[in-house]
Amino acid sequence: MLRRLGSWDVLVIVVLAAVVVVSSATVEGFASSRFWGFLLLDVIPIALIALPMTFVIVTGEIDLSVASVLGLSSAVMGQLWLSGVPLPLILPLVLVLGAVLGAVNGLFVTGFGLPSLAVTIGTLALYRGLAYVVLGDKAVADFPFSWTGNTIEALPGTTVPWVALVVLALAAVFGIVLHATPIGRALFAMGNNQQAATFSGISVAKTKFWLFVLTATIAALAGFFWTMRYASARADNGGGLELSVVAAVLLGGVSIFGGRGNLLGVIAGVLLLITLRNALQLADVPADTLTVVTGALLIVSVVGPNAASMIRARLRRRRPAVSTAAGG
Amino acid sequence: MPERPEHPAALLTLSGVRKSFGAVQALVDGRLELRAGEVHALVGENGAGKSTLVKVLAGVHAPDEGFVALDGEPLHFAGPADARAAGIAVIYQEPTLFPDLSVAENIFMGRQPLRGLRRIDAAAMRRRTSELFARLGVRMDPDRPARGLSIADQQLVEIAKALSFDARVLVMDEPTAALSGVEVERLFAVVRSLREAGAAVLFISHRFDEVFALCQRVTVMRDGRWVSTDPTGDLTVGQVVRRMVGREVSQLYPKQETEAGDVVLEVRDLTRLGVFDAVSFDVRAGEIVALAGLVGAGRSEVVRAVFGVDRYDSGEVFVGRKRLPRGRPAVAMAAGVALVPEDRRQQGLVMELSIERNATLTRRWSLSRLGLLGPRVERLDAGRWLQRLRVKAGHLADPVSTLSGGNQQKVVLAKWLSTSPKVLIVDEPTRGIDVGTKAEVHRLMSQLAAEGVAVLMVSSELPEVLGMADRVLVMHEGRLVEEIARERADEESVMLAATGQGAGDAG
Repeated sequence: MLRRLGSWDVLVIVVLAAVVVVSSATVEGFASSRFWGFLLLDVIPIALIALPMTFVIVTGEIDLSVASVLGLSSAVMGQLWLSGVPLPLILPLVLVLGAVLGAVNGLFVTGFGLPSLAVTIGTLALYRGLAYVVLGDKAVADFPFSWTGNTIEALPGTTVPWVALVVLALAAVFGIVLHATPIGRALFAMGNNQQAATFSGISVAKTKFWLFVLTATIAALAGFFWTMRYASARADNGGGLELSVVAAVLLGGVSIFGGRGNLLGVIAGVLLLITLRNALQLADVPADTLTVVTGALLIVSVVGPNAASMIRARLRRRRPAVSTAAGG
Repeated sequence: MPERPEHPAALLTLSGVRKSFGAVQALVDGRLELRAGEVHALVGENGAGKSTLVKVLAGVHAPDEGFVALDGEPLHFAGPADARAAGIAVIYQEPTLFPDLSVAENIFMGRQPLRGLRRIDAAAMRRRTSELFARLGVRMDPDRPARGLSIADQQLVEIAKALSFDARVLVMDEPTAALSGVEVERLFAVVRSLREAGAAVLFISHRFDEVFALCQRVTVMRDGRWVSTDPTGDLTVGQVVRRMVGREVSQLYPKQETEAGDVVLEVRDLTRLGVFDAVSFDVRAGEIVALAGLVGAGRSEVVRAVFGVDRYDSGEVFVGRKRLPRGRPAVAMAAGVALVPEDRRQQGLVMELSIERNATLTRRWSLSRLGLLGPRVERLDAGRWLQRLRVKAGHLADPVSTLSGGNQQKVVLAKWLSTSPKVLIVDEPTRGIDVGTKAEVHRLMSQLAAEGVAVLMVSSELPEVLGMADRVLVMHEGRLVEEIARERADEESVMLAATGQGAGDAG
């Protein structure tokens, strides 16, 4: 029980609750259901990408190209729509595009053994550049309202967008895979010690390759959502979003060194980041300050879990010495 | 505490040195007496305590008991810097130089000659480096960067560095292991000139020809204890080998007699360029086959290639007539191969993960139901196996790093035995674990062989090889040089083959 109290994700949930309570009392409009409807729409793309990103970071890698994949998907959507391709066909095409972009990342990381940080910084620039090649700096905004309106439709009688439920269901699936399947066990093993994982028969390279494919595919899906939500396909859609996603995942207690983290914490991390940001926005805090807050949270989230695990280790040492003495 | 050896010319003495790491007693009774103007050999099996003794001399480890004395004065080293200040220099097998600095800068690192305003006097540094090389009789440009120097040249830089602070005792830990014949000759010339200048040199080597060619006296160690010190002229290679390995091996190795069945593992002409060459052998069901040889002979590399974690360039591996693809451990596992690797902490276990997750890591899929794997199933199953192997653990949810070495090794064994392997490969199965656990591991291996498992064991401990194996395959420098049947295997035959002096293919 003591261990649980020292754990970072519980702390994040507590802080999230505190932010909600304090903001409800002090920020006008925070407690309104309209505000929460908008907040959830902001949460959706970040939460969506954070799910596979959690897997990637747990294995000790990172994918910084996600926002550019989102942007390129959006640009391609715009161009396809201009060429007269119907939306029901555009959606699968965009997902395939995402898969291909992810396969490129995966190939460079696992096939050539390059660090994912370097590879995805490269594709971050490359994919964003391609987005401008595809669509230039124009915006395609004449998507039918039957699609754009539907995307942000709330559940009957509420302000909760139906897409939020889909993301929630996906989060449950990702959570189960990470914490209660053989695949999840393999991810944690390779994140902690790639060599020992290989010696246990885990195909490290293959697994990582497919994780990059999955991540970019979901980033493309987020691109579809983004385009529909704002009814606007643009090359610069989702610019800088990768930092929010990574910040949220790390804030959720996933170790940047790999091998540690849980999905509940990540969901809490996403909610904390967006709630805090939107609450500050609502309170008329200037945009510069918002960036400072995001940056500070990122630092805290990298330092924090390490401090928390140090506390945990100390608590463990203080427990009855039976276990260690018997092993001696 | 043993008596302090008195000898008029003893420059450095080590008496009754004791050093344990947790439950492992690395040194029980370390003794050494080095005289000025001699090259003194230190020999012993892997794990006899030579390296620990060297580290005590180098000030890396503080002894639990006993003392080091120079000129009869006991010394206390707080760290390597103290040992160096006392005039003891250690040349390791693979020196670590700063690759981007020049040779001269490496030699005078931290002690650069200065001129006015505390500027480094580069000219003086270069001149003194040249003088050092002249004294050693070698030619090397003081200005060239250390990057790209051969290992032999790097060792010479280290020796020059030792001379630069007037070291009187030079410890060389297997310096010739990575050198070519010509380089060895040059090193020997340097060592001889050092000896003539009055230095005491401690020379550690597995190569007996070198020991006898270079050294005046030889000290033998076994199981962390001093065994003997004699002039090399009074001994033969055979006598030295017997002293290195001689001990009662019976009860530690509960070998059951088994009937060898069909060939289960078949390795044909396995080659990895520069590592091992055309290695072929079979292992039958119910058999324990040992792969013996010196450290670096390529044994671990061969078994890793068989299992698929390392690559190989040519050759074939069959398990029960089915050919294994290269580099696919998962396929090897499915075919019934298990590998308990050499490095428990880096390869055998994920140290940060819990005991139960480690124990069940190889059976994630077989334990799962409908693709789901719950903590209860893992705990129950891990608990059953760990109990069978008598692992002493408090909480199965604790990180495996909280266990002792012996219990960690049992977790690795549980992880693999639970896969019901047809071929069990164990690489140094009892390295660094206490005697009691060793015996348990050996009993387990015997039992598995009796149940029809084909066991392939890599071991650097001769008694283990001789006590457990039905057949001994000996590797030397990447080649399988000899196969010795149990009846004919003894310390001498294995050791001679391992050092490249065996009877050759005739066995």
